[in-house]
Amino acid sequence: MSPVSAASSIDGVASAAHAGEPPAAPRPAWSLRPADTEGIALENPLPERVDREWAFHGATGRGVRVCVLDSGVEPGHPLVGELAGAVTISLDENEEPVAEEDTEGDLCGHGTACAGIIRALAPEAEIHSARVLGAGFTGSGKVLVAGLKWAVREGFDVVNMSLSTTKRHFGDILREIADNAYFKRTVLVAAAHNMPVESFPWRFSSVISVGSHEEPDPFVYYANPNPPVEFFARGVDVDVAWLGGATIRATGNSFAAPCISGIAALVLSKHPLLTPFELKTVLHLTSNNVPRG
Amino acid sequence: MADETLYAAVAAGVLPAEEKFAGLLRAIVEVARAIFGARASSILLLDGEADELVFAAVASEEDQFLVGRRFPSSTGIAGWVASSRTPLVLEDVQNDPRFARDVAEGTGYVPKGLMAVPLLEEEQVLGVLQVLDRPEQARFSLQEMELLGLFASQAALALSLLQSARAARAALAGEGRAAAVAELAAALEAVDEERRPAADALVAALRDLFA
Repeated sequence: MSPVSAASSIDGVASAAHAGEPPAAPRPAWSLRPADTEGIALENPLPERVDREWAFHGATGRGVRVCVLDSGVEPGHPLVGELAGAVTISLDENEEPVAEEDTEGDLCGHGTACAGIIRALAPEAEIHSARVLGAGFTGSGKVLVAGLKWAVREGFDVVNMSLSTTKRHFGDILREIADNAYFKRTVLVAAAHNMPVESFPWRFSSVISVGSHEEPDPFVYYANPNPPVEFFARGVDVDVAWLGGATIRATGNSFAAPCISGIAALVLSKHPLLTPFELKTVLHLTSNNVPRG
Repeated sequence: MADETLYAAVAAGVLPAEEKFAGLLRAIVEVARAIFGARASSILLLDGEADELVFAAVASEEDQFLVGRRFPSSTGIAGWVASSRTPLVLEDVQNDPRFARDVAEGTGYVPKGLMAVPLLEEEQVLGVLQVLDRPEQARFSLQEMELLGLFASQAALALSLLQSARAARAALAGEGRAAAVAELAAALEAVDEERRPAADALVAALRDLFA
């Protein structure tokens, strides 16, 4: 889709904007004046027929920045390759996120596994690691919130979250951050909990939530007609990257979410102006259980 | 109840409970081990203050001595499962050198595979249920994941009751109101024949006061 140049007048101040491109700052668009309707002309970003050929055939993930919010990522793992960045998240005295260069890599293996899955699907995507877990149990929920806040501020295209918090008092702030991400065009892909428990942020409609199916093909994914889990992707007996350059076989929704993150990176590398809402629609329309026109 | 003292009544509700709940935890890991045909199963209790995980129950032919052993909650797969509240099923874990070393130091043997699931009560993480070395079947199935979740719910309830029992016992032994009541009950029990009518009158007065 090519951006449409448009001129708009907001509160008497003329400004140029490209429909389809994220505005630099949110505009005070509480109402639409008759004179402004022309200024918001948009192109239809989707073709008449949305299929996988259009969505991601030939795409490599190039130009797409993916953040793995997890236990860190082992640098130089053969299945992950070079990282574009790695930080560890902590909190300052106002509980605001502080990101410092991560020199420890992965403290568990889980983040490396997720990064390896994304790399396999989107080989040219930029992968960044933000470590929010692994250094002890205490305060883990707060650091998770801070990490997500940081990732959204950094403007990543895709943030993979194969973890969640069960703390209800983090629900409101996480929902706010997720909504913010949605409007800023950062796609949040979150693993649904494997057990029937209330946890966040995967339940939010602004997030793409992923559960597991048992099939071995990473390009097989299903749209769930009965949310809150919205998609199912490969998550059982997956050979994943692990610590020490090794691989192990792992099962869990943790490994299904990065499948969708990888596919999202492919779609966005081919169609960079899609909003999270449009991307979710594309994923839905290209799911294996949606008939191909 | 007629012959029982307050202390005995309070104590009866609390003191043996810990034993019973510990027994329930043991039963859960025994059943989990049997159902999955696994080599071992264990329940780890999260000690939030110490930031440690403690073996609360173990079902295994060789590893009963593990009960009570502690390790930092940031260690290994169980630590990850507790802090991320996310279940994990891993095979070929010997390929992870650090995990292998941590576990070998903690338990004396390194499993080939493990399933670990957080024990959640509402929004709290109470601990982790682990099942080690299920037989090498062709593939893991989501049905097993569900089964693991069911055991986890049961184990979380038992762990929660165990913690309540421990907290109640600590309260009885401590400085608080429960301890004062327990002390009074003990004193009442020890009162001699001569002073019993006066003591009974005092108890009756207290009962009227709180009625």
